Amino acid sequence: MNNNKHWFLKGLKDGIPIAMGYFAVSFALGFTASSAGLTVFQATLASLLCNASAGEYAGFVGIASKVSYLTMAAMIAIVNIRYLLMSASLSQKLPEETGLPHRLLVGFWITDEIFAASATVPGKLNPFYNYGLAISSLSFWALGTCFGAIVGNVVPDNVVSALGVLLYGMFLAIIIPPARENKILRLLIILAMSSSFLFSKLPVLSSISNAIRITILTILISTAAALVFPIKEDEDNQETGEDTSYKEAVEVKNAQ
Amino acid sequence: MRSNYTYIFIMFSVSFLIRVLPLTLIRKQIKNITIRSFLYYVPYVTLAVMTFPAIMEDVEKPIAGLFALIVGIITAWFGGGLFPTAVACSVVVFVLELFI
Repeated sequence: MNNNKHWFLKGLKDGIPIAMGYFAVSFALGFTASSAGLTVFQATLASLLCNASAGEYAGFVGIASKVSYLTMAAMIAIVNIRYLLMSASLSQKLPEETGLPHRLLVGFWITDEIFAASATVPGKLNPFYNYGLAISSLSFWALGTCFGAIVGNVVPDNVVSALGVLLYGMFLAIIIPPARENKILRLLIILAMSSSFLFSKLPVLSSISNAIRITILTILISTAAALVFPIKEDEDNQETGEDTSYKEAVEVKNAQ
Repeated sequence: MRSNYTYIFIMFSVSFLIRVLPLTLIRKQIKNITIRSFLYYVPYVTLAVMTFPAIMEDVEKPIAGLFALIVGIITAWFGGGLFPTAVACSVVVFVLELFI
């Protein structure tokens, strides 16, 4: 029991650097939510339940274009599909005898940053470490979304326009640095952006909603890339695509 | 009329299922290299598709969005990090929309 308390407190503490990054990203996301027509309460609720930046963004785009429920489910599945890998990896990291409620709760709170922090713990993982991490960092995720949605409802149009690109800037800050080191990622990003542009401009294709375009292109390009450029063993160990600076901060803390 | 709450419920259920299936039922590492590669590439591709051309469509003047994209890529390329890159994009749009 004492051990659980120790890990919980350690998690709370290690979650603090993650919380700051979360607050900023979710503030921008709250903004997207309010432009998509969600109320402040709905935006906050979505963040409390979904804990995912790209996933929630995709959801808000879907809500804005009033996609069918089936389309919504498909796009959320694709955008969040990488969590399968993290969940599979944590299933090896938890003690064999860990009960179902703990497994469900650890799964519910998997994010890129929480995964990075908990997967690098030496030895077996105490689920209370994840709870500590999740509670200190994800409360700021929800709070940031709430503030972003409030601000999105009150500021004038030209500020809406400027704040609206904050999230895209953050997406670029996530994908560009690894692309600088890896020319396959560079190629894929250029391919993804240009085909996304073409899809939105060409006749017929441009009638596809943004939500479906994101889903289709993600499947097509990632599948092609997986077949043509299979990764080397373990290349994906730490690289999950989300902001690595916070992961590094947490890893350094864990190493100490 | 589709309800926002139903959408949020679907978003929650699907994200939750993906996160708990391997932890509860499968309980194995994913070894297949093609699947691992696919999962590795998805975030980069999806964020790139989400960013462009949306960055031009979500602002009042598309050209301001295009400049924000270029400035954002340059800032991130040279190690700007999360906040500076986001703020740089935002400032570009704010200033350009004042003058264009």
